[in-house]
Amino acid sequence: MIEISNLEKSFDGNQVLKGISCTLETGKCNLLLGGSGTGKSVLLSCIVGLMKPDLGSITFDGTVYTNSKVEIRQEIRRKIGMLFQGSALFDSMTVAKNVEFPLQMLTPDMSPEERRDRVEFCLKRVGLENAGNKMPSEISGGMKKRVGIARAIAPNCTYLFCDEPNSGLDPATSIKIDELIYEITHEYNITTAIITHDMNSVVGIGDHIIFLHQGKKLWDGDKEHILNAEVPELREFIFSSSLVRAAKRVEQEDGPQGLEHLAHEPLSEL
Amino acid sequence: MFKVFGSFVLFLYNMVARAERLKVLWNRFFEEAILIGVNSIFIVGIVSAFIGAVTCIQIAYNLTNPLIPKSTIGYMVREMTILELAPTITSIVLAGKVGSAIAGGLGTMRITEQISALEVMGINSTSYLVLPRILAAMLMFPLLVILSMALSILGGYLAGTLSGVMAPQDYIEGIRTDFIPYNILFALIKAVVFAFLVSGISAYKGFYTEGGALEVGAASTSAVTNSIIAILLADYVLAAVLL
Repeated sequence: MIEISNLEKSFDGNQVLKGISCTLETGKCNLLLGGSGTGKSVLLSCIVGLMKPDLGSITFDGTVYTNSKVEIRQEIRRKIGMLFQGSALFDSMTVAKNVEFPLQMLTPDMSPEERRDRVEFCLKRVGLENAGNKMPSEISGGMKKRVGIARAIAPNCTYLFCDEPNSGLDPATSIKIDELIYEITHEYNITTAIITHDMNSVVGIGDHIIFLHQGKKLWDGDKEHILNAEVPELREFIFSSSLVRAAKRVEQEDGPQGLEHLAHEPLSEL
Repeated sequence: MFKVFGSFVLFLYNMVARAERLKVLWNRFFEEAILIGVNSIFIVGIVSAFIGAVTCIQIAYNLTNPLIPKSTIGYMVREMTILELAPTITSIVLAGKVGSAIAGGLGTMRITEQISALEVMGINSTSYLVLPRILAAMLMFPLLVILSMALSILGGYLAGTLSGVMAPQDYIEGIRTDFIPYNILFALIKAVVFAFLVSGISAYKGFYTEGGALEVGAASTSAVTNSIIAILLADYVLAAVLL
């Protein structure tokens, strides 16, 4: 469990995080939801240690991370796996070497055979058992995300952070990536935090959703309750998509049975 | 100016304060030594041979007094090569080739979040990425300077003798006249200092790149420009202090 308390961060007088307090729960997909420029990425950067917050504290399973000794921070960081928005694969290494890299660096006691087995296992787990010898430039965006996930889970991470895992992917691939993250989170009981503004992710894997708006946390809850949330900013965010507007229009005009027909209507008619 | 210098010093301090394991650094050091050293042999060889040749021809063109022996041409080629041309010109060439590669490589890693990925894993990215580059440059630059000296003097010999400006024995007599071994040491000290400046400045510029592809190009250009200025300043200081 990761506890964030009263976190503040400013850039050149512009306050991006305004006293955010929330909890990222273990064994759940914790979604950091919000529009562009609401501070989601800054919050994630503060949590993983890429930025230092101005105020507030972050605690990983009872161990305070902010302002602690370098050794403690390093120890926590070694339990963190992260999937970056652009995958951030090392382009000079093959897919297998990318997955092996954290094992080489973080677990020097592991034998080469053990490392090879672990790499094979992780690649198989993300469905890329035949892509080990390919270079990152030779694989698709969806495959890069899968490699990123394999690299993140290779050293048995306790905390998994995903920065917009669906960006740049088609809807079908996005759902597959979401499902993979969801399965891994529940299978290994890890604490997962996902930055997203994709409503498909919210209704698909949102075990715990934290809605941010203008640097503040306005709502948190699960996917079962988000559609009934009484926060105007959240409702505006959820119902701003053209698809949802079209559904509402059809429902108003034709009643509930109109929604059934909506699924068969050409997109140009919506 | 002072802020940048302080930031550069901190950058170097972070590189050694929490250095990665020796085995990791050793492997990275060899990778970088090949990239910096072996891959630069061709360009250094071409530049050095032609500079030696041109130096020989131009000295011969200016030495028209019959009282000055022809061997003076060989002597002057040797002195100019060892004291200045080999260490300084080679380092300037390497600032263009190696410096831009270091800055461009690290800059690309920064904007594609590869450096962030290392940091999130708990790896000291400056130690892992920068320290092996600087150490490899400090080993390979002097070796390339030695190669440059040899090829430059050979280039002068070939240009002088093949063009009929002087006899081979005059050139050989010249390059053996009043030889001061300390000058070789001085040139190698210069090469080590220049290597540190080129690799350190280029790594710093690349490591702190912000933005996109345009900024990576700008960081490479800035790395080369700053490295050359630093080489020339250090060249003067070292000459004033060590000679």
